[in-house]
Amino acid sequence: MTKGRYGQYGGRFVPETLMSAIIELEEAYERLKGDSLFAAELDDLLANYAGRPSLLYYARKMSDDLGGARVYLKREDLNHTGSHKINNVLGQTLLAKKMGKTRIIAETGAGQHGVAAATAAALMDMECEIFMGEEDTERQALNVYRMELLGARVNAVKTGTRTLKDAVNAAMGEWSARMKDTHYALGSVMGPHPFPMIVRDFQAVIGREIKTQMLALTGRLPDAVIACVGGGSNAIGTFYDFIGDEGVELIGCEAAGEGADTSRTAATMATGSVGVFHGMKSLFCQDEHGQIAPVHSISAGLDYPGVGPEHAWLCGTGRARYVPVTDAEAVDAFEYLSRMEGIIPAVESAHAIAYAIKAAPGMKKDNAIVVTLSGRGDKDVAQMAQYRR
Amino acid sequence: MGRIADAFGQGHKALIGFVTGGDPDLGMTERFVLAMAEEGVDLVEIGVPFSDPIAEGEVIRAASERALSSGTTLDGLFGITERLREKTDVPIVFMTYFNPVYKYGVERFSMRCDRAGVDGVIIPDLPWEERGEFMEARGDKARVELISLVSPTSAARAEDIGRGAEGFLYCVSSLGVTGMRRDIGTGIADVIRTVKSATDIPCAIGFGISSPGQARAMAELADGVIVGSALVRIIAEQGRESEKPLREFVRSLRAAVV
Repeated sequence: MTKGRYGQYGGRFVPETLMSAIIELEEAYERLKGDSLFAAELDDLLANYAGRPSLLYYARKMSDDLGGARVYLKREDLNHTGSHKINNVLGQTLLAKKMGKTRIIAETGAGQHGVAAATAAALMDMECEIFMGEEDTERQALNVYRMELLGARVNAVKTGTRTLKDAVNAAMGEWSARMKDTHYALGSVMGPHPFPMIVRDFQAVIGREIKTQMLALTGRLPDAVIACVGGGSNAIGTFYDFIGDEGVELIGCEAAGEGADTSRTAATMATGSVGVFHGMKSLFCQDEHGQIAPVHSISAGLDYPGVGPEHAWLCGTGRARYVPVTDAEAVDAFEYLSRMEGIIPAVESAHAIAYAIKAAPGMKKDNAIVVTLSGRGDKDVAQMAQYRR
Repeated sequence: MGRIADAFGQGHKALIGFVTGGDPDLGMTERFVLAMAEEGVDLVEIGVPFSDPIAEGEVIRAASERALSSGTTLDGLFGITERLREKTDVPIVFMTYFNPVYKYGVERFSMRCDRAGVDGVIIPDLPWEERGEFMEARGDKARVELISLVSPTSAARAEDIGRGAEGFLYCVSSLGVTGMRRDIGTGIADVIRTVKSATDIPCAIGFGISSPGQARAMAELADGVIVGSALVRIIAEQGRESEKPLREFVRSLRAAVV
């Protein structure tokens, strides 16, 4: 098998021009990941800039209301910039800086990764350019302004479905044209090796903290950890440290859009098949001819026709379970958590909350589940209001 | 010798033309390929349309969309290749992203290429390191050749890629996606020299070559030149009336590539 494989999935299926850049990145990462100075610098940024560790919050009212398992929320929404994306971006930008790069490019769906990338670039004095589907620049206009405020240039991508998938295409194209001074800070555990590994390693802090915090709070591991999955970075970050703990169920919530049995869906695990796209072999929503399907989700961050290769592998081995959550269920959960706990979740994270609302009542009172609240919902308020009208 | 080798043994530098299959429809593609062959193209690349052609610039991306909306599939393209084979021996190579091939089944795809008379396949998102899966599935069951690519950034790997290459080596002229460029750097010349010191595989330069002048200059660096977007742009502008302007443009390229 070639490098960066998770079972049959993964690999690096990129045009020849990009091979030198991803090999350069792989070598730099292998060199730096064991470097104690690099680790110390990153830890310092995570603690003193991003605000880690993030809280593990016992959602007492929600737990009482659901009447089953105790529900804990991993508060990635409280990180600087408002989502888990900052974990990865601080790591990658620091890495890029050490590689002598002076410019960061990134794709973004909901804008959370773009905002995080623009933030890290501002902090570390890097030039920054963000690629965002035109449709997403409309539904997440506030984040476009945030990125520009932070000094980044935002390119509205007008090709294809004008969403996250097309933003990735554009960012890859840009990287293949300019790689000498530029690092492509991919935002999820997807794309060609070494990205799924690098992003997972930088996000694994989520699960490590959950483990420590649960042990401190309850003296034992949770019965399940739950996270939403688009490309899958907050989910793999949540799962990774628990993969060896067989007693902990790993549950990924993917965006079913209007339903996994409709064509207006982004539920890759439920409806996709094996393919090769965006540099990786994984599961994709596609037609019988191998054309990538136009997908739909109310959440721009989960509106993606593929999933990271390690998730495809965890799904295939049965170690993790993936469930589809519809737009309607996510909106209900968005409102539920806001009223119940006074926490407005990102609509992406609301997919995970929605499944917890479904699953917790059927569990015992001494069961504990952790839901990763990957981001805050301020960016979604206008769109949710519109959805209800 | 296969048809691809013949393309590079004509006593002049090879001229390779690209059109997107199914743009504006399959019948027109058949006519365009035949016209290009008649005007002296030594090898024709037929692009298999894909929803997300990440290595293509605007011109070929738009052609891909037109071809998909005209209902183009791999089977349709094999169909016109079969018909073309009744009329021409011009070497035909498919240029496709890996996913449509993977979905079709690599073994089935390879054998279908042989039956239809497709001589080679270029898969831009299947780099050297990942070609094993294709090579194993094809094995000795089919003759269709997997064309490898090198680019100005291949440096350290170019020698290995050249040594193991089949058919010809597709030498990407410059960084970035396909499309017309005013200036093409000379980075690829060093890579071609590296390859040529290790093997005698024919090298053809593509990406950004849009005029007879550029074609002449690039041909001096290699064994052949590939013209894509400039041909596809004619089809974008002239649609069903493209045959005549295609012929004229190919004729001017042919005169320049000697």
